[in-house]
Amino acid sequence: MKRINLYVIAAVLTTLVWGCGNNENANKQGAMNTSKAAEKVYVAPGEYDEFYAFMSGGFSGQISVYGLPSGRMLKVIPVFSQDAEKGYGYNEETKPMLNTSYGFVPWDDAHHPELSQTDGVPDGRWIFINGNNTPRIARIDLTTFETTEIVEIPNSGGNHSSPFITENSEYVVAGTRFSVPYPQKDVPIDSYKENFKGALTYIKADEPGNMDVAFQILVPGYDYDLAHSGKGKSHGWTFFTTYNTEESHTLKEVNASQNDKDFIAAVNWKKAEEYLAQGKGKDYPAKYVHNYYDEKTHIATSTTKEGVKVLIPAECPGLIYYLPTPKSPHGVDVDPTGEYIVGNGKLSADLTVHSFDKMLKAIENKSFEGEVDGIPVLKYEDVTAGTVVSGGLGPLHTEFDGKGNAYTTFFISSEVVKWKLGTWEVIDRAPCYYSVGHLMIPGGDSKKPWGKYLVALNKITKDRYLPTGPEMNHSAQLYDISGEKMELLLDFPTIGEPHYAQAIAADVVMKNSKKIYPIEENEHPHAIKKESEAKVVREGNVVRVYMTSIRSHFNPDNIEGIKVGDKVYFHLTNLEQDWDTPHGLSIMGARNAELLVMPGQTETLVWEPQREGVYPYYCTDFCSALHQEMQGYIRVSAAGSDVPIKWSLGED
Amino acid sequence: MYTHLKYLIGIVVLPLLLAACGGGGEKKALPPAKHPSESAKATTPEDPMKNWQSNKGIGPVENLTLGEIDPKMAEEGKVIYEELCTACHKPDKKFIGPAPKGLLDRRTPEWAMNMILNPEEMIQKDPIAKQLLVEANGAPMANQNLTEEQARKVLEYIRTL
Repeated sequence: MKRINLYVIAAVLTTLVWGCGNNENANKQGAMNTSKAAEKVYVAPGEYDEFYAFMSGGFSGQISVYGLPSGRMLKVIPVFSQDAEKGYGYNEETKPMLNTSYGFVPWDDAHHPELSQTDGVPDGRWIFINGNNTPRIARIDLTTFETTEIVEIPNSGGNHSSPFITENSEYVVAGTRFSVPYPQKDVPIDSYKENFKGALTYIKADEPGNMDVAFQILVPGYDYDLAHSGKGKSHGWTFFTTYNTEESHTLKEVNASQNDKDFIAAVNWKKAEEYLAQGKGKDYPAKYVHNYYDEKTHIATSTTKEGVKVLIPAECPGLIYYLPTPKSPHGVDVDPTGEYIVGNGKLSADLTVHSFDKMLKAIENKSFEGEVDGIPVLKYEDVTAGTVVSGGLGPLHTEFDGKGNAYTTFFISSEVVKWKLGTWEVIDRAPCYYSVGHLMIPGGDSKKPWGKYLVALNKITKDRYLPTGPEMNHSAQLYDISGEKMELLLDFPTIGEPHYAQAIAADVVMKNSKKIYPIEENEHPHAIKKESEAKVVREGNVVRVYMTSIRSHFNPDNIEGIKVGDKVYFHLTNLEQDWDTPHGLSIMGARNAELLVMPGQTETLVWEPQREGVYPYYCTDFCSALHQEMQGYIRVSAAGSDVPIKWSLGED
Repeated sequence: MYTHLKYLIGIVVLPLLLAACGGGGEKKALPPAKHPSESAKATTPEDPMKNWQSNKGIGPVENLTLGEIDPKMAEEGKVIYEELCTACHKPDKKFIGPAPKGLLDRRTPEWAMNMILNPEEMIQKDPIAKQLLVEANGAPMANQNLTEEQARKVLEYIRTL
């Protein structure tokens, strides 16, 4: 009793210190009145968040899913990296997802999640994300929160300006961050200007199972940094930022920042479709893979593709234009009406806003100041709508609230600046802790933002949390933007480096969330659908164990007749048909991860026993009151032994 | 100190509670409470099996009158039974759970249907199901998500055992 009293006192005192700290303390935290902030992010036990937020994992290669406003982590979705927790990339079924034209690549650098859209509004069907290192784009199905498709981008050197979807999910795009010889060949690096080219790639995205490179546009050897597709009136166009228009190949830190202006490339992809229909696409050599996870067979297959259709701007007038934009623009963001194209010149204090209408007019009037490789360069003053004189430093990215306001991150001055579209006046500014990169407003790059919250995705964490040694998780910060002033509500750590993020109203997604895979739809070639089919089959030195799981036993749970040198495939079908009843499977000494099999699913673990003995296997995911009993034994005999194959569950 | 403490709780905890109930107009309503511990505390009658004839269980099936056995239905029920039930129920021998042979000599048809269709609630609240859970060492009846039509076919199959 005494101890309880002490706890209560401690709790109350802590609350007091935390909740009623003096102003100095509040200022250091950067938050508004803390109890008011706490109220706004409090989601009571058993209640749901208002939004799903999908954070890129950066160098973790994954996507993590958070609830907003609570900042609670809901799930990590494995995408480009092996994930031992879920067996992704370890079990036989998902290994092909990580295949590339270079073979199995178990990691990537995932940057920009992008929700599928219908009529410019996030529709909650899928989310896409780019892999920057070995250029790829993945589709995640939001009924299962599983990665179901990955397509490699050929002839690209770093897929950064990607995926940035078009208004009806027709295409996701992929601009090369690092120009490379096109197609790849062995040349001296200092022949950059002569041999290096960029590729802007369009990938068909609206049909699961058929993601594929539709065409590439061959462009000068700049660095293509970020992109956004047009919407509304500008639907049919995509805008890519460029830097290194100097075409430098070394000491880019200095040499790629010489020009006062680089370009935003405006691509008319509807025009591209016309040129392709006219047969203007040239066949270039290319080799890339397409990986697809079939939800019925529960198996991914990887298919190698050859060749790509390429459009050359000089041969395709009207396909692409350059809009001069000051100071190495990083993000390019299109406002909800589709009229304003914001260039975030990262070496500048100001933002350049181009007008889509003015751009069309300048094109019509042929108001060009020059041409690069057949690409007309429009006159800066003819396309610019205005400049936001921010007072900040190092603008990177802009999102919109749907109420006529834009919000821009400033990396160097570590803040978010709110400004008004059309008048370009700065309305408010809020500090970030520390060094913000991307920002995210739910639906904030779409036609209809849910303009209630803003998340700043910070690059530097330092003293924001309890220290965890030299490395600390990157910090996200949630702001309330429903009023005139931005109000900091919450800090929460993220996984890897969440470059960009997207969020969507929870009800759009949750109503379609699947609870099980129906067992009768399971078409896995090694599935068994009832316990009476459990068996162990030897084919030479390959042994296949056809196994089932249900609370709380495996069938079979005793296996004999395995020999050293065998390759044992455990094909585990989870017979459960209820929500949240996965079973795991692990085997002592397996140089592999576990399986984690969802209800109605089949997965395969490969085990190559090395030593004689009897080895336990067990369920790794606590499944019932008798979970600890969910175990089996497998006997391994010497290589030449004549112990017959035998399996059983129970005594008969 | 103690009085002072109560005062503190009043000014600190109470506003927090109020705050939690106040704002957040768009937050979802709390789903109905159905935590197992709530029903686990209910008292258990001495022998739940004694009253089986009046126990229709808890679930979607309130009244079910059985006619002659329909062989076609029973056949279809057998297929479903083998796929979704045999992992725990052998037809005529106790396995993980009880054998269904002779089921209707000890359970009402409604109870049987509700046990298949609504096992989570049954093992928490129904006196017979609660006792069976104990007899099965706490191995819960799995919800295999059968439709009412499928469950009815399974019951028809069980009648033929």
